[in-house]
Amino acid sequence: MTAAHVTAPPVAPARGAGFLTGLHVFTVRSLRHSFRDGESLLMAVMLPVMLMLVFTYVLGGAIDVGGGGGREAYLAFVMPAIALTAAGFGASYTSVVVSNDMTTGFMNRLRTMPFPSVTVLLGHTASSMVRNMLATTVVILVGFAVGFRTDANVPQFLGAVGLIAVWILMITCVFAMLGMVAGSAEAANGYGFGLLFLPYVSSGFARVETMPSWLRPIAEHQPMTPIIDASRALMNGHAPGSDAWIGILWCTILMALAIWLTAVVFPRKIART
Amino acid sequence: MRYTEHLVELDGLTKGFGKHEVLRGLDLRLPPGVHALLGPNGAGKTTLVNILSTLTPFDSGAARVLGLDVRRDKKELQRLISLTGQYAAVDAQLSGIENLLMMGRLFGLSRRAAAARAADLLDRFDLAKAAGRRVATYSGGMRRKLDIAVSLIAHPRLIFLDEPTTGLDTRSRRALWDEIAALAAGGTSIFLTTQYLEEADVLAERILVLNGGRIVADGTASQLKERVGGSTIQLHDGHGRVIEEIPTRGSAAEVSRHLAALAAARPDVQVTVRRPTLDEVFLQLTGKKAA
Repeated sequence: MTAAHVTAPPVAPARGAGFLTGLHVFTVRSLRHSFRDGESLLMAVMLPVMLMLVFTYVLGGAIDVGGGGGREAYLAFVMPAIALTAAGFGASYTSVVVSNDMTTGFMNRLRTMPFPSVTVLLGHTASSMVRNMLATTVVILVGFAVGFRTDANVPQFLGAVGLIAVWILMITCVFAMLGMVAGSAEAANGYGFGLLFLPYVSSGFARVETMPSWLRPIAEHQPMTPIIDASRALMNGHAPGSDAWIGILWCTILMALAIWLTAVVFPRKIART
Repeated sequence: MRYTEHLVELDGLTKGFGKHEVLRGLDLRLPPGVHALLGPNGAGKTTLVNILSTLTPFDSGAARVLGLDVRRDKKELQRLISLTGQYAAVDAQLSGIENLLMMGRLFGLSRRAAAARAADLLDRFDLAKAAGRRVATYSGGMRRKLDIAVSLIAHPRLIFLDEPTTGLDTRSRRALWDEIAALAAGGTSIFLTTQYLEEADVLAERILVLNGGRIVADGTASQLKERVGGSTIQLHDGHGRVIEEIPTRGSAAEVSRHLAALAAARPDVQVTVRRPTLDEVFLQLTGKKAA
């Protein structure tokens, strides 16, 4: 055959990919990002380890949270808050990677392709869950290593981890939304910075009764406090009471808000180069 | 065949961002082939490419690509085109081959088909050795090549290249031109934007000049040169240096009158008559210097 005159390639048009293929492709991609970026990964593991050690050995002896006081009582008190603090940092990484995709033209290309482009965001979300559940596991393991002991049964313990997971999912959605809205990765990081202080103004590190009267209502009623109280109760083998449901309700509302904003903004947001 | 009638059909296409009108009513019929969209910065080149590749909605008028309505048949059109934007839109954290496989899967290729096609493209773009390396370690030219390879993964009928060689050195630019020309010879239609007149001249069968939101000229490079008209008489010294240029309208009478005068006044001067350069065409059409 002579190739002098060739018309359009004799290949059928691309089929395009479905939702599940997209989700799979982007979850694998985001996980590769997470585990190849050595520094980020080290940070994701080291941060919870360092937080655990600092709060246990430096502050643990000084902060009295009741329960007999002392280091071990504080350890049992502070673990959920450290898991959530580490998760906040871990999830904030999501806003940076989402923002990178939005501003580099990568998302523009994906948007001209025949598959649901929202799967890009879901892939980042899935990988954030994996990263942060890993960090939570590290917190728990270090906790046991430095002397945490509990009477909680397995379902209670899993319940505590489940509540933490619900928080991580919500905060990841919020960070993904911020990453999408932000004009650059640096700006995305900046928006997220405020959220990282949330754990300190909660019942996580100190009893709210010890806070000044103007701060106490904020600490008592911010969304993180019921999640922390409920998972602390479960981790130590107590009933979580209504805190579990209030925490889940908070997370659901905030997540719905983040998803709604994403659904409104995402289809319109195009990198203008 | 439906896809080969017109590559692009525009009727009164307009697009604005807020109060700023970017495209002010474009009418256009393009046959399959290679087309270059030229224009100064801010002329709306990227906006037009983004509209044609289904990325940006437009305000009014109609746009059809490969016979498909850009709005109504968006999904179907997306299966036939690919966009290579201004910045290499590849994933720097992944390797070359991972980028290709990922995009192949998203275009709906099976794992096996994507792997076979990726291997082909890596060979063809001379990236096989770097296939397993992270794209972050690639040079600008290699990234661009991968970028174009990625956009070919599913055999598109039409590829959009938005300033494909901006930021590349001369050697990489020429290498990329060869690839684009080979692609066109293989039957893929190409719609490219460029700031480099030489690029349009070398690659495109047809050149569109966009200025102030309108297409102000449309034709082959030589048609555009004709349109501006005229020839320039250049006077050289004995060492090939141009010492003077005399613009003319190009008629035999006018040129011979100048030559007669020169022959009388400076009988030894060396003379050539040249056509306008695309640069001069561009300058006249847009009132601006090309980049």
